[in-house]
Amino acid sequence: MDLSFTPAEEAFRADCRAWLEANVPRPPLPSGDTREGFTAHLAWERKLFDVRYAVVSWPREYGGRDASLWEWLIFEEEYYRAGAPQRVTQNGIFLLAPTIFTFGTDEQKRRILPKMAAGEQTWCQGWSEPNAGSDLAGIQSKAVRDDAQGGWRLSGQKTWTTRGAFCTHLFGLFRSDPGAERHRGLTYFLVDLTTPGVTVRGVERLDGDEGFAEVFLDDVFVADTDVLGEPNQGWSVAMATTGSERGLTLRSPGRFLATAQRLIDLARDRGGEDARRDAIVAAYIDAEAYRWQTFWTVTRLVEGASTGPESSMVKVFWSELDVQLHELALELLGPHAELLDGPDAAWMKGYEFALAGPIYAGTNEIQRNVIAERVLGLPRA
Amino acid sequence: MRFAFTDDQIAFRDAVRDLLEGQCTPAHVRAAWTNETGRVPGLWNQLVAMGVVGMLVPATEGGLGLTMVDLVLILEETGRYAVPEPIVETAAFGAPLLGRPDLTIAAAPALVPWADTADILMTNAGRSERADVELLARPSIDGARRVFEIRGAAEPITEGLDQAYARGVCGIAAQLCGLSARMLELTADYVKERKQFGVPVGSFQAVKHHLADARIALEFARPLVYRSAATLEPVDASMGLAKAADTALLTARVALQCHGAIGYTTEYDLHLYMKRAWALARAWGDARAHRNRVANAIL
Repeated sequence: MDLSFTPAEEAFRADCRAWLEANVPRPPLPSGDTREGFTAHLAWERKLFDVRYAVVSWPREYGGRDASLWEWLIFEEEYYRAGAPQRVTQNGIFLLAPTIFTFGTDEQKRRILPKMAAGEQTWCQGWSEPNAGSDLAGIQSKAVRDDAQGGWRLSGQKTWTTRGAFCTHLFGLFRSDPGAERHRGLTYFLVDLTTPGVTVRGVERLDGDEGFAEVFLDDVFVADTDVLGEPNQGWSVAMATTGSERGLTLRSPGRFLATAQRLIDLARDRGGEDARRDAIVAAYIDAEAYRWQTFWTVTRLVEGASTGPESSMVKVFWSELDVQLHELALELLGPHAELLDGPDAAWMKGYEFALAGPIYAGTNEIQRNVIAERVLGLPRA
Repeated sequence: MRFAFTDDQIAFRDAVRDLLEGQCTPAHVRAAWTNETGRVPGLWNQLVAMGVVGMLVPATEGGLGLTMVDLVLILEETGRYAVPEPIVETAAFGAPLLGRPDLTIAAAPALVPWADTADILMTNAGRSERADVELLARPSIDGARRVFEIRGAAEPITEGLDQAYARGVCGIAAQLCGLSARMLELTADYVKERKQFGVPVGSFQAVKHHLADARIALEFARPLVYRSAATLEPVDASMGLAKAADTALLTARVALQCHGAIGYTTEYDLHLYMKRAWALARAWGDARAHRNRVANAIL
């Protein structure tokens, strides 16, 4: 057991810290889940890309710097410590890209990944439908074969598409074999949202931002070169992405360590009775636990193991920790918690964002079923 | 960074597990509830022979000269089997403090378990020879834990106490993780078999979610405990114990609820582990007390 980082890793941390301190926008950018904020965030993403901080763990040929998983974690710790902007490109770089690295053709990698890293193409996730949420295999949007043009024609509706109103592209699952049973007969498509037949309607979220969208597809042509993986294998291709979404790539520990530290700072500033102090320390300890559980997992990954259903435990833990951290901050703010202006308003905004965590990427109820069945071996209902 | 155990450390743990699987069964623990000492006859000598008791004592003093990282997994196993022996108190706390692999040491902040069969006693007041003090036996909810109040003079411990305490806290936390794992296994096995309404009760979502919560808590307690074994920082040890104690008490509660009435009997084995968890979760300071230590460091 060796709990130290190498001199090279420490040097990388120092470089990240120095660059972020010099470059993180002050005051903070407007929310990336609004139109103006999204544009401002893309400029920031471009700045990250230019110094190869946009996708540190990717190969250099696609815009990364071949960073190890440890360096990626260090970068993330520094990123959130510096209070740097949310990553509006995250659904592309953290959810789609791992799937492209695993299933994509060389042509797809060359065509898509560098533009994704630079923020020139922005990707939203097209999975949920009006009748397919937690029950994702209930997807009804159709893909019909068009042999004459060498592709597929997509029809149907996607919903709760995060930042769908601002993104240029969508990755999603469509039913390509209506005769196959639920999990079979789905295909993973990459869709340019400017293609004729696509209509996008923004939807205001709980926090007042137009962060959601409905995407309507009416006979939208997608070429064979924009199928990811094999036709009718979309479910297994997509499951590779859910592992990322639930696990460490979407929610690095740095994010919660930074929130926990801000909570500690707030508590120092505002004081408070012992009962609250105890709960705050409990949440701080949980953020530490998340960090060390991640180090545990990353050690195993580095040594060749793969993650399995444990990613469901991780998802429940970070999403409920995030809510807890924000609830405690709101308690400390007391009557001022409701204010939408002033230095503390970020806590309510963060709380609204945190509340989505136990819902998206598979609700925590579904995750608990997965844990019981696949970690503890309990029988399916 | 390599946050994992070595193959040798895991092999040593497995060897101890093999020993306990045969020599510390529920029947052995049950027998300890009613025998003279509260301990398992012969087990201590086997742990001594394997080197577990003197593991942290320097090789020049007759120990193995290993570290708390080597010991922590083994202590977790002693929790899993509810070993009724002062193994944390001796191997993690007292033996390396005294540099003696040959003594049995009973230690605790207040009530001292198995003090009557130990050579040296240690409490917050200091250390004493057993022969020099008066022991007042008190009955514990865990019948195998023979706890005593100690009356008489104690010599203050002046050196190495902070790190010894961190090792002790880490060891207790490791045992609580092992107990949690055991209670989870027992319960998962039971709800797979027990049928009501024509199906295993483990197929009900309400039961699944209880057990998932306990499993999640354990998943995030262990890394804190292992980290504290490596750093031996008192604050790190307190974080580990706070999380492990909460985990064990939650798991005990969930395990009992998911068993239903069978778990509420002493004929069934669950209570052996549950009662140990109730005791250990407070014996070296409870979760809130350890969070208070963390608060003093960070707030």
